[in-house]
Amino acid sequence: MSKGAKQDTTALRVWRGCPDQQERYDTFHVPFEEGMSVLDALCWVRSHVDPSLAVRYSCINANACKTCMALVDGEVEYTCTARLKRPMVTVEPLPKRPVIRDLVTDTAPEEEKLQGAVREAP
Amino acid sequence: MTHLSTDVLIVGAGGAGMYAAIVAARSGASVLLLDKSLVGRGGATIMAQMTVAAAIAQQEPDHWTLHLADTIEAGRGMCNEELSAILCEEGPARILEMDEWGARWAREEGHIKQVKAPGHSRCRCCYVDFLNTGPAVAATLRRQVSNMDAIKRLSNIAVTDIVVDGGRTVGAVGLELVSGDVITFEAGAVILAAGGLTKLFRRNSASTNMGGEAYALALRAGAELVDMEFVQFFPIAHLAPRLVGMDPIMWDPFRYKLGGKLLNGNFEEFIHSYGGSDAGKYTTVRDQASYAILKEVEAGRGSPHGGVYLDFRHVPELELRQAVGPVIDRLLTNGIDLTKMPVEVGPMAHYHMGGVRVNSRMATRVPGLYAAGEAVGGANGANRLSGNAITEAFVFGKRAGRFAAEEALRTKSAWNAKYAAEEVEQARTLRQGHEGSDVTPVELQGELKDLMWENVGPFRTGEGLAKALVRIREMKHRDFADLSISREKYFNLDIQDWFELRAMLTTAEAVVMAALARNESRGAHQRLDFSGSDASLLKNQVLELENGRLTASWAPVVCSSVKVEPV
Repeated sequence: MSKGAKQDTTALRVWRGCPDQQERYDTFHVPFEEGMSVLDALCWVRSHVDPSLAVRYSCINANACKTCMALVDGEVEYTCTARLKRPMVTVEPLPKRPVIRDLVTDTAPEEEKLQGAVREAP
Repeated sequence: MTHLSTDVLIVGAGGAGMYAAIVAARSGASVLLLDKSLVGRGGATIMAQMTVAAAIAQQEPDHWTLHLADTIEAGRGMCNEELSAILCEEGPARILEMDEWGARWAREEGHIKQVKAPGHSRCRCCYVDFLNTGPAVAATLRRQVSNMDAIKRLSNIAVTDIVVDGGRTVGAVGLELVSGDVITFEAGAVILAAGGLTKLFRRNSASTNMGGEAYALALRAGAELVDMEFVQFFPIAHLAPRLVGMDPIMWDPFRYKLGGKLLNGNFEEFIHSYGGSDAGKYTTVRDQASYAILKEVEAGRGSPHGGVYLDFRHVPELELRQAVGPVIDRLLTNGIDLTKMPVEVGPMAHYHMGGVRVNSRMATRVPGLYAAGEAVGGANGANRLSGNAITEAFVFGKRAGRFAAEEALRTKSAWNAKYAAEEVEQARTLRQGHEGSDVTPVELQGELKDLMWENVGPFRTGEGLAKALVRIREMKHRDFADLSISREKYFNLDIQDWFELRAMLTTAEAVVMAALARNESRGAHQRLDFSGSDASLLKNQVLELENGRLTASWAPVVCSSVKVEPV
């Protein structure tokens, strides 16, 4: 974030939960600067407020790895390219994928999962 | 506990790992290809928006020895010339092989189009339009890999340790990130293809998931590292306005297609004052450009975000569109209209010249342990030419795959679960959670990244490096032992971050130790307290772990008189 830029905040409402936990929404107040991505805000939460928030990304911000997909205000988006908005943005896991935890869903191809390898092992 | 067995185990499924997998499988080996992200999606390859250098001589007459001469010159005397020669000689065959596999290199008039990137004496850099080289080569390799029955792909697996017995590689320990389960692997050979260390630095351009794991794994297994002080900082990475959906190093192809002026905060050209010759063309090599930009910033002539301006306003819009096509629209959605405004650019950590010390077979000194791609040190010396990284992924990937398969097929694995017991126990302990200090692994990672950027970045001083070394050792021996770890069962990021941080601290210590001992400025290693190169330091630094202590020693530069075995 640039020095001297106007520091403002926005609310990030995030779905939390996993198969063995009650689901809920947590709201975080995060610094807002024009142009920030939703993933920027999620990473800020992990580093400054709640490191247990599960998010996944790899390429960060280049729209190359496709691992950060989630629902942003109800639309399927890459969180690395979806813009943060004011006064609030809601982020939820992908609807048609099994939830692993919080915003992390199971997007690995079936044949790349450990279970498959174990079944095939002699 | 899950235990899997294979001939060749590959850590990292980017360009080098996938190429190695294909070749090992073709050599008759069974292959397990692991990635902590998704196979073919994580790592650096997919981020490469630019070019791949190889003397295929389709654009103009060229020869691999000319490519070699350019590579060695850019490397400031530090290249392992044996590895550089392999890179340049075998590059053309790999580019053409990738073409057969459907990589769709950009073409004109029936031949593969090649452009001249900075530091190259010929037009030899191939690419896939528009800014799509990395995704295209990753997709091509992914298709090949998924068509081969002998390759088993596994995503979401972070390898945390290489298992060695009696000085021989026998397997690895990994963490399944979704369930948090520990997995052991027995293998006849292991290839480290987990890329570089850009995540160590606050400002970085590659994928954020490379924290130097390949180097730390190699050290812990007993292998050596070389040239760890030479981190390449990409000079004109994007700083502002905020840009999402694109790699920050995207401006390079703009520059060699269109020129583009570098201007300081007063809108004056400056490269010429530092011995560069830019003049609207893009000919200044990377270390020189980074140096010039940061000197301007230091002198108070930087842009508002601590860089300089890159200006295309003199280029007509039609020409911009012809050169970079739809990318113009992606920029407009980011609020960037190149016909009306300059952007701010500056150096970011981009690539690591140093790495695992290997011979021409990509073998480390630990039998059964190999490296490929950016994980390998030495081929690019003190400064890498644009376009050599993907070539190195293909070329070294192929060699590692071939020789690791050979080794695995003639060696009977001597696996015993007790060799992995300590690391398995470590992972299980972490799953119990730890209520230590208030500091979490991701927070300590943040401090390390700031420390590295401020003291071990493009400009270094003995004082800053010494300070960084003290703090890194303190983190390693004190803070790291008492981090707060949550007990979340699924996708526990604290545990993932903990293992990543352990590797980051080991690798960071290696970089800083090597940088502190090199009392000169050479290539990407710029010391403010030692201007210019010292001929007596024309030698490589080799690092190893001795009884848990990192030590550094000097070794003569490898010259290219050695006869290399073809693959």
